[in-house]
Amino acid sequence: MGRITLEGVQKSFGPVHIIKGADLDIPDGAFVVFVGPSGCGKTTLLRLIAGLEDVSGGRILIDGHNVVDVPPAKRGLSMVFQSYALYPHMSVRGNIAFGLKMAGLPKAEINQKVEAAAATLNLTPYLDRKPRELSGGQRQRVAIGRAIVREPKAFLFDEPLSNLDAALRVQMRLEVTRLQKQLGTTAIYVTHDQVEAMTMADKIVVLNAGRIEQYGSPIELYQKPANLFVAGFIGSPKMNFITGPEAAQRGATTIGVRPEHIAVVDDGGEGWSGKVLIAEHLGSDTFLYVDAGALGTLTVRCVGEKRLGAGDAVTLRPEPGRIYRFDNNGLAIFA
Amino acid sequence: MATRQTQLLARALLSPAVILLFIWMIVPLALTVYFSTLHYSLLDPGSESFVGLENFEYFLTDPAFLASLQNTLVLVGSVLLLTIGLGIPLALLLDQPVIGRNIIRLMVIAPFFVMPTVSALVWKNLLMHPVSGLFAWIATSLGMTPIDWFTDAPLLAVIFIVAWQWLPFATLILLTALQSLDEEQKEAAEMDGAGPLSRFIYLTVPHLARPITVVILIETIFLLTVFAEIFVTTGGGPGLQTTNIAFLVYSQALIQFDVGTASAGGLVAVVIANIVAFFLVRIVGRNLEA
Repeated sequence: MGRITLEGVQKSFGPVHIIKGADLDIPDGAFVVFVGPSGCGKTTLLRLIAGLEDVSGGRILIDGHNVVDVPPAKRGLSMVFQSYALYPHMSVRGNIAFGLKMAGLPKAEINQKVEAAAATLNLTPYLDRKPRELSGGQRQRVAIGRAIVREPKAFLFDEPLSNLDAALRVQMRLEVTRLQKQLGTTAIYVTHDQVEAMTMADKIVVLNAGRIEQYGSPIELYQKPANLFVAGFIGSPKMNFITGPEAAQRGATTIGVRPEHIAVVDDGGEGWSGKVLIAEHLGSDTFLYVDAGALGTLTVRCVGEKRLGAGDAVTLRPEPGRIYRFDNNGLAIFA
Repeated sequence: MATRQTQLLARALLSPAVILLFIWMIVPLALTVYFSTLHYSLLDPGSESFVGLENFEYFLTDPAFLASLQNTLVLVGSVLLLTIGLGIPLALLLDQPVIGRNIIRLMVIAPFFVMPTVSALVWKNLLMHPVSGLFAWIATSLGMTPIDWFTDAPLLAVIFIVAWQWLPFATLILLTALQSLDEEQKEAAEMDGAGPLSRFIYLTVPHLARPITVVILIETIFLLTVFAEIFVTTGGGPGLQTTNIAFLVYSQALIQFDVGTASAGGLVAVVIANIVAFFLVRIVGRNLEA
């Protein structure tokens, strides 16, 4: 079991409030991703759950028990660090076994568990190597092995893939997700990369400036962003925001349209006219940056290879029903 | 930048300094080798004559040689043990966040800046003096008999003085090493359930292996040649109890005025230093490999 509940958790360093009251319920077995820009407090929140920082207020419950005063080792959680934090002078076996050794398990049992964890992660041939003799991806797997071998109530991941190259990151993303589903252990994963968040999470927590902006499944966040911040943060390329008369006409202060919900039309009908500034041809998609006069610069995502280049005049038409409206506090207006 | 031209220029510009340093090194060495083969007494000038290896034979068969070799090794070994044994806990303490940490660090490092002669005098006259020293006062106020350090335990007294001087060096090197210990590693160990003692044994000590090696190697170089402390406090005595190789060479040259034997002794000291260095590098040097 690994249900984690936060009740009004606060953290301040001196006069600086990092976490301004977080309420969250993470069900057992869920993969929850904390995402947000740098300095939003996502890592601090994770460290509070881990027990590496003390809360300034509120309660953290693991399976219904308040663990605020429980030391990290006794919380039954394990953590994968951004720098991997492997013990450099210990072999892979020593690294994975360390937690069990500290727990005072008999040698035979430790060996058996280490072998099992290594087999799960394809680390068996490397068990007697030192961390410095491993590649980045292998080190990452050792760090994960160290986490799973203790059979924790939950895994905590602190931007574990940010030191890997792009191709390896995609591969590890899949591996981590698969492993978590296979083990069925609750996982909390911190990242600043919204693609990682969207692809891995059962539920996403969007954090900004120490506040939880929205908590929901990836598709919920994509389809029903609660406010301007979430709307702008989730989705790539970023949502277009339009203010002024065009928004007022629809009864909102700001309206937002995702690049993929704008079509380039040439049927002579109604639409926003503009001039292409830059066209990025990716093969499968084409991103157009269009100067739409009073509306500002709009990003448009067209599927396939559009034969459009800089300077071409285009007419843009937003998909009806895919226009998000926000009031003057930045909150979404749901019709 | 590594064109032939720049390499030539670099060599041309470096050569004056290199040549000067080379002359600085080779002239004394060559003269020492030369003197070591002469009968050369300052009491009998003009009588220099070639005697082959007789000076070496005389120096090596001198009963004082073995005694001073033993004293040298005991001194080096004990000071290394003391500085590292005390340096580790001291570095751990200084690594803790306390108020006035910078001032405390400065004070701990201070002994290193005191000249050996001065610190030896302070220890001799203010601390270890059997009548007016601080230790004697402490002993008498506790009702004990004061120890006459330089008579009863002269080598131990010298060891304490030298260790006191080198403790800051060891502490400083170990402290900087402690500060480079990755914070996330400590946290990972904490999450793994390791208490402070386990973290010390499994993380800190292996992490300190390399700086300890550096301390051992550097201190050994200087400890083999300890002279001022002995000269100021005991003058090598009583008897030969605190005479090390460096002091023996000095006494040959400037107490017995025998330059030839002193030169031979100096060369023997070079050989001993190399033997010690060879074993040290074999024993602890592998810690330095990446």
